[in-house]
Amino acid sequence: MTDQTASANMRAGSMTLSLMPWIVAALVLVLLPQIFTANSAITIMNQMAITIIFALAYNMLLGQGGMLSFGHAVYMGVGGFACVHIMNMDDFFASIPLVVLPIFGGLFGMGLATIVGSFSTRKAGTVFAMISLGVGELIAACSVIIVAFFGGEEGISGDRTYAMPTFGVEFLQQIEVYYLIAFWLLISAALMYLFSRTPVGRMANAVRDNPERAEFLGYSARWVRFYSFVASGFFAGIAGGLFAINYEILTEENLNATSSGTILLVTFLGGVGFFFGPILGAIAFTLLQTVLSLETELWAFYAGALFVATVMYFPGGLAGLIMMHVPAIRLGKGSRLILPYIRTLVPAAICILGAAALIEMIFHYRHAFAGDEEMTLFWITFNSHDVLPWIVAVGLTLAGFFTARATAPALLEAWGDANTPDRMQV
Amino acid sequence: MDLVLVNLIDGLVTGLLLFMLSAGLTLIFSMMGVLNFAHASFYMLGAYFAYQISLAFGFWMGLLIAPIMVGLLGAGVERYGLRRVHQYGHVPELIFTFGLALLIEEVVQFIWGKNQMAYDIPEVLQFTAFSIAGNSIPAYKIFMIFISIAIFIGLLYVLTRTRIGMIIQAALSYPRTVEALGHNVPLIFMGVFGVGTALAGVAGVIAGPVLGTFPGMAFVLGSIVFVTIVIGGLGSLWGALVASLLIGWLTTFSKAYNLRMEDFLTFIGFSRPDPIWDSAWRDLWTITSPQVADILPYILMILILIFRPYGLFGKRDV
Amino acid sequence: MRKSFKLGVSAALALAISAAAGLAENIKIAFIDPLSGPFASTGTNGLHQFEFAAETMVNANGGVLDGQMFEVVGFDNKISPKESLIQLQVAIDQGIRFIAQGNSSGVANALTEAIDKHNRRNPDDRVLFLNYAAVDPALTNDKCNFWHFRFDANADIKMDAITDSIAANEEIKKVYVIGQDYSFGKAVASAAVRFLGEKRPDIEIVGNELHPIGKVKDFTPYSRKIVASDADAIITGNWGADMLGLGKSIVENGYTGPIYTYYAAGSGITAAFGETGKGTIRLVGEGQVNPPASDSAADYYTAFKEKYPDGNVDQSRITNVIGMLAQAINEAGTADDVVAVAYALEGMEYESMWGGTVLMREKDHQAIQNVHIHEHTDEDIAFDYDNSGFGIKVVKTVEMAAAESETTCNMRRP
Repeated sequence: MTDQTASANMRAGSMTLSLMPWIVAALVLVLLPQIFTANSAITIMNQMAITIIFALAYNMLLGQGGMLSFGHAVYMGVGGFACVHIMNMDDFFASIPLVVLPIFGGLFGMGLATIVGSFSTRKAGTVFAMISLGVGELIAACSVIIVAFFGGEEGISGDRTYAMPTFGVEFLQQIEVYYLIAFWLLISAALMYLFSRTPVGRMANAVRDNPERAEFLGYSARWVRFYSFVASGFFAGIAGGLFAINYEILTEENLNATSSGTILLVTFLGGVGFFFGPILGAIAFTLLQTVLSLETELWAFYAGALFVATVMYFPGGLAGLIMMHVPAIRLGKGSRLILPYIRTLVPAAICILGAAALIEMIFHYRHAFAGDEEMTLFWITFNSHDVLPWIVAVGLTLAGFFTARATAPALLEAWGDANTPDRMQV
Repeated sequence: MDLVLVNLIDGLVTGLLLFMLSAGLTLIFSMMGVLNFAHASFYMLGAYFAYQISLAFGFWMGLLIAPIMVGLLGAGVERYGLRRVHQYGHVPELIFTFGLALLIEEVVQFIWGKNQMAYDIPEVLQFTAFSIAGNSIPAYKIFMIFISIAIFIGLLYVLTRTRIGMIIQAALSYPRTVEALGHNVPLIFMGVFGVGTALAGVAGVIAGPVLGTFPGMAFVLGSIVFVTIVIGGLGSLWGALVASLLIGWLTTFSKAYNLRMEDFLTFIGFSRPDPIWDSAWRDLWTITSPQVADILPYILMILILIFRPYGLFGKRDV
Repeated sequence: MRKSFKLGVSAALALAISAAAGLAENIKIAFIDPLSGPFASTGTNGLHQFEFAAETMVNANGGVLDGQMFEVVGFDNKISPKESLIQLQVAIDQGIRFIAQGNSSGVANALTEAIDKHNRRNPDDRVLFLNYAAVDPALTNDKCNFWHFRFDANADIKMDAITDSIAANEEIKKVYVIGQDYSFGKAVASAAVRFLGEKRPDIEIVGNELHPIGKVKDFTPYSRKIVASDADAIITGNWGADMLGLGKSIVENGYTGPIYTYYAAGSGITAAFGETGKGTIRLVGEGQVNPPASDSAADYYTAFKEKYPDGNVDQSRITNVIGMLAQAINEAGTADDVVAVAYALEGMEYESMWGGTVLMREKDHQAIQNVHIHEHTDEDIAFDYDNSGFGIKVVKTVEMAAAESETTCNMRRP
């Protein structure tokens, strides 16, 4: 049962076309910086927005077109590098408003995607994945060899404030940049959404699911893949342009395999089956990377574990997890799930937190310097060499685990109940 | 001329090492249709396990036990991880192994820390086997060559001369039919995955002391292994061997000889821009073969995929 | 659903940031370096050295000004320029005015530009950049700015010392230069060729090549070439696994001469080289660990080892950073006005516990100090690295190296 829903959720598009979500999103984007005024919060939100655009562009391939790319960072990177070069063309840059700069990034990303796509999209599946890996490695390696364009490992930098002021705004402050990025986020998300509704976008789904049948209907699978790829390159380039504006520097890091792998992680974590999946993924991952890494050295370990768990148990990602509940809510029985959820998920959360505490304590015990026996975890400071904290952590983990296991059948039952229409009572 | 011989031997060592990794990977791929991104991570685990064992029982016990441990771990991953993901399709499988590679690297760092381990060649093999015109060939390299050749012959024997090998061969081409004949295909899958990862473990055990045992060792080798089996043709053991040796010699020779792009460009009739550092093409003009040696296999792979998608020896599409 | 999710997430974000902010009583130094990932051991060890220096040199002596304490706050930049810029913003938001960073010139380059722009755009919360290890010469030449101070000798200064040492050795006739293919590797190579050409025109450069950074699995082909070239000395700027791989491979293939290098100590490399590197590895660097330059240096090192048995003081200049910053804050009479602190740092002469004086040159903010050539050995080692019994010992000293060297820096002062 769950497997079927999961695989159903892998497929895209049950979102109804409506303006409401967009208006809400725009409002949220406008209001967010009013709530979080700190520059660092704005910087993190900028990073999130850029990742969202990039992840959405990536999902045009993975989710909508079924093409797995291991080198997508290069399209974002090349778009960004092109933008920084434009920033450094004094006269030309002074004659354009900064707001339009990302378009150039998009065009360069699209240009590269056109070239690479001309041979890489002939096949889907492993051939495509391997070519993308090869091209990605190649361009990343070139970035340290071709210094004239990529600037070596230290990259190239520019200054966004030399552009023509837009309505008197010179983009000196992070908050101004935030609104520029938010503007582009809305536009590109809307365009990408609309793209998924065009015939080409629809055919991409068909080609992903059954290329032979699509060919019989008279569509060339190859050209459909090619168009998706080029469009994806364009939006990745836009994300690159925004990156250039926000950070004013691009380096080898923007092109390498790690960045390409990260975006795959982000997209999959959020859920490839739904348009808004990558958005959730980008938000969650940026928080994980930026905020969790302030708290623990082991953040990458948790991210990796989360990722593997997602692939194994929730291949629909965060979005799939959320959308699983739609049928129950439609039936008006969503509320019946709340109590069983609390009974199972609270112990499960305790179990996970307990396990995390154990991992942190082992790590501290092994790697902290001599004499430093104090550690702080969840706002509690204790001695990691005492027995008591270990007993508490092990106890919490086990108690949480067994409680969750004991209540899980009830949850499953409630789940089945909530998803079955009440025919019997009629 | 002597140097050519030395480079041939060095390239052979590199190639055979690559072969031990790619042999397992190509077997796994041909059975299950999944490219195991975490394959190099099992190679890393092999090195770390062997290091840990060698601290207590010496190098030879490490060589014996570590691959078995890696193989068991691999079989466990197949049984409890991959088999579960298998039902969602190939792309999630690929993504699963990708995530596994990340996770294994983090776990290794968690357990052994981030520094390079002092994992060394055993005392018995720390001598020069022979030297050619002043270039010494360490005995350990000869040892590596023998181990890899022994493994190749062993694999070839098992695959072509034994009953289990026949079943595997059959399962490569007609998995459904083999299942219909009453063979336990999931068990074969698990076994092949275990053996494949154990081979990677052996490679790790013997490569750890020379190439360094550190958390990045899987990443350094990671994608080149795919390149090898894609070039050789997926599922072909001979292809894996030929491609490994090809890559080994290609990279060794392009590092050993300083071929300059400048000479090539002048040869085909371009004139050198002067002064060179003002030219937009300066980076192209100053490229030398050692600079690009390690990305040559990727170029080769892209060309192969475009013009011959089933690889050198492969029988079916990637 | 999306809205509420975003709100929840942002609340968590604000909480995390404000929780980390704390009280602004202490003078905080943001340490932005890799604390996770492949370079984490170097970063973590650097953080420990900073914390220990702040604790023993400043806080134990009653702090600066009227009893304000130093506090070192670690920020994990994962050695990524992008992440560094985010963490820089977080640090500035927490009211931190002093930024310390050292690993990777690429990151230093991104930070120095970002700080320059930030200080221009936000005159109210300016920050200073204390670069303790990034040695790209450009940082105190073309890319210099008023806010950047470098406490390490830059790559050119160190190469000056290396080539002095080579020039003094009449037996060296052939030199092989090899490095990683990126800005630092290229800077090392061009400086080596330039200095050798000036000092010993008779020396033949028998090889000058670059290899891909962090991608080479097996260095055997390179070392074959080196051995075949009959080189008497090798110069390399390699670091990390590339240094170890190259060094081990060269020795295994029968080379016996010296390898002059920048980064072949600590972080597990000394232990991994062990016996192989003895008599071969020659390191250039400031800060004399063996033999201890003074009793205070020996005491300091002993105390550090007591606290961090697995750590090394392999970046001794960190004590100079802390010492000079404390002195500058005391002289300026304020820790909030970084312009005053920067002016106090400029031209400062500081007695280092590792011997000699450190002069912060006014025209380019490059520290001028004694530079030593060390050898990797296990003899006469008072303080070893990686608890391996091996360590580095000073064999030659260049006093106040490159004090008169030229700079292209054209600094704009506020």
